Amino acid sequence: MGFLRGGCLGLTGAALATFAASAGRLPAQSSVTVFAAASLTDAFTELGKRFEASRPGVRVQFNFAGSQQLALQLQQGARADVFAPADQRWMSAVKDSGLLPADPVIFAENRLVVILPRSNPARIGRLEDLARKGVKLVVAAEAVPAGRYTREMLQRLAAAPGFGLDYDAHVLGNVVSYEDNVKGVVAKVQLGEADAGVVYRSDASGAAGESLKVIAIPEAANPIATYPIATLKGSPSPELARAFVDLVLSAEGQGVLTRFGLKPAPIGTGSSRP
Amino acid sequence: MTLEARLTRRRSTGFTLDVELAAPAGSTLVLAGESGSGKSTVLRLLAGLERPDAGRIALGGAVWFGATDWLGPGQRDVGWVPQDYALFPHLTVRENVEFGLRARRCTPGEVRRRVGAALERFGLADLAGRHPVELSGGQQQRVALARALVVEPALLLLDEPLAALDLQTRQTVRGELRSLVAGFPGVTVFVTHSPIEAMLFGDRIAVLEQGRVSQSGGREELLTRPRSAYVAQFMGLNLIQGRVLERRPDGVTRVETVDGNVTVAGTEGRGGPELFVAVSPRDITLYRSAPDASAQNLYRGRVLEMVPEPPFGERVRVVLDTHPRLVAEVTRSAVQHLGLGEGQEVYASFKATGAVAYG
Amino acid sequence: MSLGVRTRDTVAAVAVRVALGVAMALLGALLVLPLLALVLRVPLATLAGQLGKRVVVQALVLSLEASLIATLVVVALGLPAAYLLATRQFPGKKVVEVVLDLPMVLPPTVGGLALLLAFGRAGLAGGALQLLGLSIPFTTLAVIVAQAFMAAPFFIGPVRAGIALVDPRVQEVARTLGATESYGFWRVVLPLSLPSIVAGTAMAGARALGEFGATITFAGNLPGVTQTMPLAVYVELQRDLDTAITLSVLLLLLSFGLLLALRAGHPERRR
Repeated sequence: MGFLRGGCLGLTGAALATFAASAGRLPAQSSVTVFAAASLTDAFTELGKRFEASRPGVRVQFNFAGSQQLALQLQQGARADVFAPADQRWMSAVKDSGLLPADPVIFAENRLVVILPRSNPARIGRLEDLARKGVKLVVAAEAVPAGRYTREMLQRLAAAPGFGLDYDAHVLGNVVSYEDNVKGVVAKVQLGEADAGVVYRSDASGAAGESLKVIAIPEAANPIATYPIATLKGSPSPELARAFVDLVLSAEGQGVLTRFGLKPAPIGTGSSRP
Repeated sequence: MTLEARLTRRRSTGFTLDVELAAPAGSTLVLAGESGSGKSTVLRLLAGLERPDAGRIALGGAVWFGATDWLGPGQRDVGWVPQDYALFPHLTVRENVEFGLRARRCTPGEVRRRVGAALERFGLADLAGRHPVELSGGQQQRVALARALVVEPALLLLDEPLAALDLQTRQTVRGELRSLVAGFPGVTVFVTHSPIEAMLFGDRIAVLEQGRVSQSGGREELLTRPRSAYVAQFMGLNLIQGRVLERRPDGVTRVETVDGNVTVAGTEGRGGPELFVAVSPRDITLYRSAPDASAQNLYRGRVLEMVPEPPFGERVRVVLDTHPRLVAEVTRSAVQHLGLGEGQEVYASFKATGAVAYG
Repeated sequence: MSLGVRTRDTVAAVAVRVALGVAMALLGALLVLPLLALVLRVPLATLAGQLGKRVVVQALVLSLEASLIATLVVVALGLPAAYLLATRQFPGKKVVEVVLDLPMVLPPTVGGLALLLAFGRAGLAGGALQLLGLSIPFTTLAVIVAQAFMAAPFFIGPVRAGIALVDPRVQEVARTLGATESYGFWRVVLPLSLPSIVAGTAMAGARALGEFGATITFAGNLPGVTQTMPLAVYVELQRDLDTAITLSVLLLLLSFGLLLALRAGHPERRR
């Protein structure tokens, strides 16, 4: 009986100790934490590997989610080194909270596309079909950058000839689910549960693209999603943070971004090195 | 409507039940035996709560269980009263008694009439609105009986109905139960481990030992001619078993037993070699020192225990560690005279005329 | 110098008291403090406005409707299941019991994905459902299915145990008195296992009310149709913190009320 009691006490003690220790645990000095928009998942993962390869002993930790969620976490005190949302709005929100030591830099652009499951169950051929009654459309929620861009895109199309002034209202009336990040939209369309979804061009490229059909959106109606990047105040590894941002902005980084469907930042657009 | 039953059932524990029973309508068959002997199982098989591995159960002309027949408990005409009565705790006394009639879809008028009569008959009218938890043991038993009998079964199964009662209640209730059972027109099967109850209730008594009937017969027969050590003990008799050594022309028989030879004045029975000798405890005489050589059937042993018999302790049961174990019943003055005490070594003997041998 | 026996006992008794006190304080901090913090942060000034917001009202109504129906479904299907499990033996019974318990330990999102792969348009039963004219994902029906799926074990478990506790002899007597199994169930087993049925219903109801992961994965997120209160909290967290807190406290009150009613209905037996 004494053995059992001792064992229980020992376990409890160990649990409490670990619990306490994890409270203040920071990533090791040789790691860099990047909060990035979900649409950057593929590109940044590749960049992370290259970063680690060039700096043995360094680890890159990613947190990919909807930009709104990342901003909220940062505002609530999450520790990170780099922030790369999918729009200026959430970067400004973080800036307003006093978390940026320097101004952000635009490092990439993206555009929207409409994706369909390979089997195209709703027989959608053109953008106009999205307004057809009964189409099951999945888009990102309003707070997500992609969601905001989607609404903007629909409004522009409504104003364009051939779509009808109520186009955006009809299309939004077909929405069956608002996902909290753009990858969720991809998933629902890939599974064939949704008839169509609106995501970034980069999301429809690569491996995912093989199970999807894509409908392009005319340039005039397609908002440019600008991706800013910045290091964060209170970053545990400021030098590594800057180094990662440098990689993203470098020719190599821009090449990787292009490969994954993003457009490189136009040269000279507010890109002052931090 | 006579009950006829042949039952075999083997349990996963290895226990095997193999009995044959019969009882005419209006009679009470007592199943006596120790716990674990299979008595309750017999009742469950008769009630249809378990299925025998083989055999047959028939009441009157109706076959309840056979090679191709099977009637579930609801289809049999049976009233089963388990050991702890199993009253429905969430129902009142009246609702308990009504249950069977309602389950059989009797009309409300008939239910009211029959239940009213049953409550009156069992003296439960005042308790009709109470719940079982508010009742005494004796009252609970009456409810259980009323509930079972109101559906007018052809077979009444009572599993140790008096065991749950305290001594005083038991004696009062026993008498009431006796008249109830006597007046019941169907067959009653009454399970008990009490010899008194067996004697009181049993028109026929079947003694179960380890799943088999070791002896069955009327009161008199079991009382005077036990055929197994357990039955003898149950009836309070001494039993010696042996083989015929010599039958003398004057009727005296000498019996060879493992523990010596015994002489008995008369023999009944077929004349086979195996013999039982029953000796009443009152026919055993005790001595402090060895009696003279003419004493027959002499045993020697120590006193294991001495139990004064109620009501006044006038008579004392003395148990000896002889082989076989003998019980003698002597007067208190004899005990004093002999200076008997536990551990005391004594001699015990019985006259040849004081014993009966039977085959 | 050795302490007397009594002093040693007293020291031990005090040590135990202190240990218990520390443990209770930690437990209180872990469980009570977060709930307290939630309640204290309710935006009292704008509460009326918050409660009138469309997102709040829609989520509240949808949650109540869906959880109610889901709970009724769980009870209707779970009661016979619990009865059979409690009273029957059959090969593979253990496996069935584990499978029925599974949603209790499954991460809700996993549950949602499983439901999608089973009942989605492209799922296992998708074709059959389409023939019946049913398309489940993204509908309120999907919400009910997700909630029922995750809440079922919370009902079946306790009810199965409760029914098993009903004295088998009482059930047997009922049969000898002529009751069919069905009659015996409604008149004897059910009344005697009622406390566990009530408890199971309350637990399942609370679980259905709080269901999130399976709902958002299987049913999606659309205000008025599939955006239950937990989903609304999640979305509002990124839009209007005050609304999120209002919804959270509403959920808290509903769950609290449900579980309180459960306790009040069946007081502790005194030792």
